[in-house]
Amino acid sequence: MDNLISGFAILAQWQVLVALIIGSVGGVIIGALPGVGAAVAIAILLPATFAFEPIVGLTLLLGIYGSSMYGGAIPAILINTPGTAVNALTTYDGYPMTKRGEGHRALSLAYSASFFGGIFSIICLIVLSPVLAWVAPHFGSREIFLAAFMGVLLVILAHRGQTFSAAMLAFFGIFLSTVGLEPVKYTKRFTFDQTWLSSGVDLIVVVLGLFAISQALLLLIDKEHAPGEAHVRGNIFAGLKELLGLKRVATVSSSLGVIMGMVPGTGEFTSQFLSYTYAQKTSKDPDKFGDGSPEGLVASEAANNAVPGAAMIPLLALGIPGEALTAMMLSVFYVHNVIPGPQLFADQLDFVMALYMSLILLNVIVLVFLLFSTNLLLKIIQIPTRFLGIMILTLSFVGVFSLRNSVTDCAIAAGFGVFGLILKRLNLPIVPIILGMVLGGIMEVKLRSAMARVKTPLDFIDRPIAAILFVMILGIILLHIRTLVQEHKERIKPQPVLDEDSTQQG
Amino acid sequence: MIAKTLQDMFRRYRRPGDIVFATFFFAFALFLLSQLGTETQAVKRTKWFAQPALWPTVAIWGMVIFSGFHLLGSFLSPRIPGRWRELAFWLKSLEYVIYFLIYVVAVPWLGYLPSTMLFAALLAVRTGFQTPGAISIALAFGAVVAVVFRALLQVNIPAGRMYEYLPDPVRVFALTYL
Repeated sequence: MDNLISGFAILAQWQVLVALIIGSVGGVIIGALPGVGAAVAIAILLPATFAFEPIVGLTLLLGIYGSSMYGGAIPAILINTPGTAVNALTTYDGYPMTKRGEGHRALSLAYSASFFGGIFSIICLIVLSPVLAWVAPHFGSREIFLAAFMGVLLVILAHRGQTFSAAMLAFFGIFLSTVGLEPVKYTKRFTFDQTWLSSGVDLIVVVLGLFAISQALLLLIDKEHAPGEAHVRGNIFAGLKELLGLKRVATVSSSLGVIMGMVPGTGEFTSQFLSYTYAQKTSKDPDKFGDGSPEGLVASEAANNAVPGAAMIPLLALGIPGEALTAMMLSVFYVHNVIPGPQLFADQLDFVMALYMSLILLNVIVLVFLLFSTNLLLKIIQIPTRFLGIMILTLSFVGVFSLRNSVTDCAIAAGFGVFGLILKRLNLPIVPIILGMVLGGIMEVKLRSAMARVKTPLDFIDRPIAAILFVMILGIILLHIRTLVQEHKERIKPQPVLDEDSTQQG
Repeated sequence: MIAKTLQDMFRRYRRPGDIVFATFFFAFALFLLSQLGTETQAVKRTKWFAQPALWPTVAIWGMVIFSGFHLLGSFLSPRIPGRWRELAFWLKSLEYVIYFLIYVVAVPWLGYLPSTMLFAALLAVRTGFQTPGAISIALAFGAVVAVVFRALLQVNIPAGRMYEYLPDPVRVFALTYL
């Protein structure tokens, strides 16, 4: 109870509240702008938040993270253009509803499903807190190593159809984390006798290059994509009541979002895929899916909005980020010497409580903001994409240069910007690089400390949690092999029509 | 049948230029592998798990193996026309990278406010926003960014050397806030 009151006191500071409002409203706007997205905004703002108190910086970033998907649903539903990548599934049912003249109903359902998913995941987070506080101290070096390894494995396997490229990029990320002066034996690794490489490759520089600068370059040189004009008429509050009739789909989808959010390396896409499949299979009207089904819309939006809250679980409890955005947030913790992990729950539970409450508050702020300002947002998203490119490139400079006023950092970030542009053009994933960098560093440190107490290989998994994690890793690999074999058998069967574009690698 | 099976196994969702990227990445991974012996050191009386070379070795071998598979997948998949057009698109981005780097070098000389306003306005002109209204919006955007980040948020960006030549009352203000 003391921690709860103390958490309230932290949250009640004006700086925290201002950060929360700016983050939430800004996140909705950023999410609604096709071609920007939360990752770009968080990458740009990250170094600026280092000057703030950790709770202020994290609230701002959490606000953007948690609210961008709300905003992304607006263009997805009204103009068939997802604001963020995870709103792509929303277009399947949202846009057909708009074409039927039910745009206001679709938006209202999306907002309420998002709100339900967001709040559901925070409740799970709060309910799980005592369990986390109990389990987290049982995670020693070997358990954290295994969890990080599982994260790398899952982020590779989650990229179905791109497993090889995801793996090569994840290993590239691990390689980047090793460049520079190695901190234990003080030997140089891949510095090529260049002083600028001795301090290693900074995660934030890479993140800014891969997410922000690459997006700016893409917007600047690609054709202008002006989003179509749209206007919402009708009662936008109606869906709040309609959601009550779809509470089964919303609850299952949110639960899947929570589970997938907690598992490092999976996230929004997997949870959406699972919840959409569930909703379709259990629906009385499965043929309507993809053609304006309210259930499909609810499944998609509830699942993706349940992820941010759940993604905080491995981050806060173990210090392991599950995806790129929480990996960026990890650096805010480190800069302020707040080390997420078991000790955080033991020593700073009030800080954790304040984070939970800020998550609840941000969902309320966003819902209220959206119910009254959707038409205003539709005007804002008319910004020409090339002008957005100018804005992102200009802001990227602040992000990189303010780190340590280094021209070299800016040049490296620009290099990663071009690399990110190529990856985006080729439809290759960026997230494995970031997770490889973060989890690679964690694996190196934890393996070294874990092995000091291990005499035989079996000792590594002689503790219950380590054994469970090891069995899970084996299970994931075996399941993937089984799926590959099944897919391969399907493929070699003679088929009347072969869809060349959709055939994918293992 | 085997060829078809292999093709099926390695075929993936591709876009033009994939093979160019796959070749470069594989070559880069091989280059790193060739440097593994000279760019990392084996430390005596240190077990394998604490060797500084362990993780670079794991990472580079992973890059070599999987970029090899990626390249193989590209070779075995049907060719998609437009490879060179795509390469030209990538190279086009270098123009904006050069502008960005000029801006980076200009900031410590000209100061954050003037260089950001200039950068935004010049990019606007370059990307086709050439009306006075559009340029004014770009200039205003540059000014707002500079004021928000340097004056309000006090982000760590050095003052411009040109500010030293400003008259006394303005100079101190510019050095601190602009």
